[in-house]
Amino acid sequence: MAEFRLPANSRFKKGKHWKSAEGAANVRRFNVYRWNEDDGANPRIDTYDVDMDKCGPMVLDAIIKIKNEIDPTLTFRRSCREGVCGSCAMNIDGTNTLACTKAVSDVKGDVNIFPLPHMDVVKDLVPDMTHFYAQYASIKPWMQTETPVPSGKERLQSRDDRAKLDGLYECILCACCSTSCPSYWWNSDRYLGPAILLQAYRWLIDSRDEATGDRLDDLEDPFRLYRCHTIMNCANTCPKGLNPANAIAEVKKMLVTRQG
Amino acid sequence: MSLQTPLGRVRGLGSAKSGTHHWWMQRVTAVALVPLALWFVASLVCMVNADYQAAVDWLSNPLVALLMLLFVVTGLYHLKLGMQVIIEDYLHGWMHVAGMMAMNFGIVILTLGSVLAILKVFL
Repeated sequence: MAEFRLPANSRFKKGKHWKSAEGAANVRRFNVYRWNEDDGANPRIDTYDVDMDKCGPMVLDAIIKIKNEIDPTLTFRRSCREGVCGSCAMNIDGTNTLACTKAVSDVKGDVNIFPLPHMDVVKDLVPDMTHFYAQYASIKPWMQTETPVPSGKERLQSRDDRAKLDGLYECILCACCSTSCPSYWWNSDRYLGPAILLQAYRWLIDSRDEATGDRLDDLEDPFRLYRCHTIMNCANTCPKGLNPANAIAEVKKMLVTRQG
Repeated sequence: MSLQTPLGRVRGLGSAKSGTHHWWMQRVTAVALVPLALWFVASLVCMVNADYQAAVDWLSNPLVALLMLLFVVTGLYHLKLGMQVIIEDYLHGWMHVAGMMAMNFGIVILTLGSVLAILKVFL
């Protein structure tokens, strides 16, 4: 059954309030989801007041400042701080996005920060991505060919064929789209979700790949593919401006086309 | 708890290699229902003040009876496809099996009942 309410031990309570130093003029308030496995307590929302005159412009700058200067126990993933690695994906102001490319000034009022929705939490803002990565592995995200590589050369691709990968290759697998998808919330055990299906289409449309039919066979499934009901949350939330829903529609079109 | 690997869990029982027919039929019936539904609503509007006998006369026209059968059967088939998606989304395990059975029985009863009613008036 779909779950419409959090289980009792997942409902969050109000936590600590860390006030900013006296005399700070430009203060923004950050409400951050906190949970760890060790203390056996329910999740809580800790509130941090941050002096934005002494902080960088992005949400990631603020939570790094919180970790460095206010509360070192706050845990989150981050690496590139420029929207390329996808590590700092989290739910900010009600929308899944990358903390490093989301400006604090774009948020009105308190900045509410939660982990990606409907994922198991490892600690604080760190979701368990094991299943998501296994789903990625399941679509065999590498080039499959039988024709040997031309000796001493790379596999050639025309400019037009290369252009078909635009809007697909930019995906950084941050999982913002998949975890914004209600269908993925209810059925992620079997539904691959928008991120993985966009990646699947990236290999289906690659002119150099020779396993298109096998890939379509693997996707043709009421749950793996057809749980997509064109809700479009994925396209709305993608921090890279991609359109996974369109990629999924193209996969569905390919499957109809080969029916004859 | 299971010690199955994450990839093993994702692969599960493998691809059902189906779903395309269902998806395509949902589009085809949707396209067919556009003119049929417009015709049906327009017909109802035209007969707002008509009496029982006028409705019977209307349905005795072979073209009207044919369109009515098409509308009802296509509409109920489209309903079946949509209900199936909802049941697959939200019901799992034995609830899924029971839900699908109840839904299919209901659709068959509605379809045959509607066809019978139209034919009874027409014939």
